[in-house]
Amino acid sequence: MHSTTSEPPAPDAAPVPLLATAEQALKIAVVGGFGVGKTTLVRSVSEIRPLNTEETMTRAGDGVDDLDGVEAKRSTTVAFDFGRITLDATSVLYVFGAPGQERFWFLWDRLFSGALGAVVLVDTRRLADSFYAIDRLEAQGTPFVVAHNDFGESSHGLDEVRSALDLDPGVPLVRCDARERDSAKQVLIALVRHVRSLVTEGSR
Amino acid sequence: MSRSHRQEGPDRLYVITSGRSTGADESLDAVTLIVAESEPAPGMQSEHAEILRMCGSGPMAVVEISAHLRLPVAVVRILLTDLLDSGRVTARHPRPAPSPATPLASPDVLEKVLVALHNL
Ligand SMILES: Nc1nc2c(ncn2[C@@H]2O[C@H](COP(=O)(O)OP(=O)(O)OP(=O)(O)O)[C@@H](O)[C@H]2O)c(=O)[nH]1
Ligand SMILES: [Mg+2]
Repeated sequence: MHSTTSEPPAPDAAPVPLLATAEQALKIAVVGGFGVGKTTLVRSVSEIRPLNTEETMTRAGDGVDDLDGVEAKRSTTVAFDFGRITLDATSVLYVFGAPGQERFWFLWDRLFSGALGAVVLVDTRRLADSFYAIDRLEAQGTPFVVAHNDFGESSHGLDEVRSALDLDPGVPLVRCDARERDSAKQVLIALVRHVRSLVTEGSR
Repeated sequence: MSRSHRQEGPDRLYVITSGRSTGADESLDAVTLIVAESEPAPGMQSEHAEILRMCGSGPMAVVEISAHLRLPVAVVRILLTDLLDSGRVTARHPRPAPSPATPLASPDVLEKVLVALHNL
């Protein structure tokens, strides 16, 4: 069974402050269905033990002022985790992992706006879990790559995965083992290269 | 055991924010970096004091403060707005979020990210 809280809450890790000179933070979002390996990927690349937080939001949105009473009962809670990578003396990259299903996107718009791009993590046993995220990212024009997290099940070629996802030819598709730092890091590199190629094209 | 606010219910959040659910500084992003400009003072709300301690030895992102306090980002934003208003913390905001006019990051920034990832 998988749930958004399958990870036991980390015993309170002491806060690890950034360099005093840090002034600029960037974000990358990792989205995918339950149990696809989001937390594992974040942990593999993060320099701190991944942290997690929970957001509670009322579906009704900004118009609702009171947290008590009936409205509160319509609230949805979603957990997400994140890690960080120091880039240099002034910059730090945050990598967020969060569920990509439709009912969680109310949170995304707020928390991950301004992200460099996104990784959609897929598991070939449950490809349909990623359809919504892919559609959504395409529609909003957020650059993304798709990473097939290999659970050893796969006799599927990447071409088959691509056609099953009906993925645009311009969207990079890579395979990874989220447990391996090097493999996880290659996924992020694929994303940043993709974003770079879009920037270069756009400036021509 | 988890000290998740989910188990504690909304009452604690209501008390912590003095019943407010709006009025947070909208420019506070999840990765805005917060720096304490003063020490915790006696009589201060404990969450405010905790934030000042946390951000006293180096900058800390809003979302990290949220994780360590085990409070939602939305609530931390309200607490931080109090501290910003009284000058007890300052904020280092991310570059303007990509907009339809400038949807993507600059090549320099991307190059920097690539180098750091390769060195990971
Ligand atoms: N074989 C294999 N197992 C993996 C891989 N990535 C993750 N796992 C395992 O799959 C399980 C789920 O991984 P998580 O990282 O917790 O997945 P998640 O997407 O964060 O899950 P939820 O937050 O519950 O939605 C864990 O037991 C991982 O050890 C992988 O690449 N290969
Ligand atoms: Mg997880």
